[in-house]
Amino acid sequence: MVEQNKILDYLSHFVLCLGVAVVAFPIYLALVASTHSAQEMSQSPVPLWFGSKMFENYYSILTGEGSGFNSRLLISRMLWVSLVMAVGVATGKIVISIMSAFAVVYFRFPFRKLVFWGIFLTLMLPVEVRIVPTYKVIADLGLVNTYTGLIVPLTASATATFLFRQFFLTLPDELTEAAKMDGASPWRFLWHILLPLSRTSIAALFVIQFIYGWNQYLWPLLISTDEQMYPIVMGIHNLSTGGDTQITWNLVMACAILAMLPPALVVVGMQKWFVKGLVDSEK
Amino acid sequence: MIAPQIFIVLVFFFWPAGQALVQSFQQSDPFGSSVEWSGLDNFRALWQDESYLASFKTTAIFSVSVALSGISISLLLAFFADRVVRGKYIYRTLLILPYAVAPVVAGIIWLFLFAPSIGLLPNLLVNLGIQWNILLNSNHAMILIVIASVWKQISYNFLFFLAGLQNIPKSLIEAAAIDGASVVRRFWAIQLPLLSPTTFFLLVANTVYAFFDTFGVVDATTKGGPGKDTAILIYKVYFDGFKAMDLGGSAAQSIVLMFIVISLTIIQFRYIESRVNY
Repeated sequence: MVEQNKILDYLSHFVLCLGVAVVAFPIYLALVASTHSAQEMSQSPVPLWFGSKMFENYYSILTGEGSGFNSRLLISRMLWVSLVMAVGVATGKIVISIMSAFAVVYFRFPFRKLVFWGIFLTLMLPVEVRIVPTYKVIADLGLVNTYTGLIVPLTASATATFLFRQFFLTLPDELTEAAKMDGASPWRFLWHILLPLSRTSIAALFVIQFIYGWNQYLWPLLISTDEQMYPIVMGIHNLSTGGDTQITWNLVMACAILAMLPPALVVVGMQKWFVKGLVDSEK
Repeated sequence: MIAPQIFIVLVFFFWPAGQALVQSFQQSDPFGSSVEWSGLDNFRALWQDESYLASFKTTAIFSVSVALSGISISLLLAFFADRVVRGKYIYRTLLILPYAVAPVVAGIIWLFLFAPSIGLLPNLLVNLGIQWNILLNSNHAMILIVIASVWKQISYNFLFFLAGLQNIPKSLIEAAAIDGASVVRRFWAIQLPLLSPTTFFLLVANTVYAFFDTFGVVDATTKGGPGKDTAILIYKVYFDGFKAMDLGGSAAQSIVLMFIVISLTIIQFRYIESRVNY
């Protein structure tokens, strides 16, 4: 610190505490709401402290017993779909981008520039923009309600390719030459030299893409018409708007907590990589 | 090696984008049985469609409020977080939590906080004489989606500002302090100008976020209502294409959106490379 200034230090902590309070309060309240009975949650001043129904609520949404929801809408199933989707999107993106970054950086082939710009274009357009036509493609290919349909179109983005390209470009040429001298094939070079070197980038990217895949909403909304293929983020929305009956906030909030738990754990547990991945992949 | 990437990009990007372009010049009935070429009719119709222009205005108001309030709040938090020593990691961890929350879930949680009869905030606002109802009052609905979207985006902005602030050499700040510049002065004269690349990047990123990623927030809370008062452009694309089955019109809207994104990105690259560089 440049100078000692007690008042300013207190002010800093005060502002930060205030910020944290505002930012964390909704999550706290959701957690509290998930521990009360439906009746308690429908009375006017909603409780601000934890209730006693936590176990019952989570049990009933996970097993579908006594929740009053359509029994086919199993939260555990949705969590599974979300997990497959998030891991699929993250892995798919990383594998594809490492391969194409490798090709763009280390090989000379015709239309290299064109390919590069083709990938670059996709960087600009989020899936949401071309949602209707992309849906049509998936429908034509008969991929509605499949994991392939959910995952593959989301991997068509160029952010990761760029990240790896930038990284590969920083590696010294001597490394490539040494590998060549020792008679390593391109595959071997990729597998034994490039991959171990890019471990941190891969970890960082995985965190970001996992959250991206987990939180997808608009795309599954179109692709998953069968309840068995609902990811949690989408299922939750259906619970909160199902029919004319009053929303059972305690159960909806319990689902919300379950839906945000995995990505939150990833963010907090892999915080270092998360920050790195976020700041790197956007520059 | 590059084949998988090319394949996916071609099939899921260029093909649909091309189809959107073709479709935007066509007129088809909801069952797709008859297709006619209609030239620029779809675009002309959009231009004359009052609800589309209104949606433009809604989106403009929405994204400007999201970007401005999101950026200023996070800058404030990052500025103080850069100063504190004790508890730094706890603050940071808690502040980045909303990033993990899906837009829809964020929307639902805020909907719960603002729910007309049982929500916490309406009950507090009644004491101030404000009848809060997002189903009737479009300003209230707008405020709700802005708050929910900003809340979710704070973590992102915060991390970038914090990284930006930490990249500023300490010697600059110290030199200014020796010259007798106060904290406020140092912020305005040194930190803020040096942050301008970050700020500019975030401005574009937040606008893009407000344009596209907030679909979940809108769909979970207001569904574009009351009336069409919170139907932002991306919501309208979805609604017209999949609910109202106006494929040509929806494709034309997609094309317009693509142009907006591309121009935003080009502006961003131009500026990053030329102007806002120190």
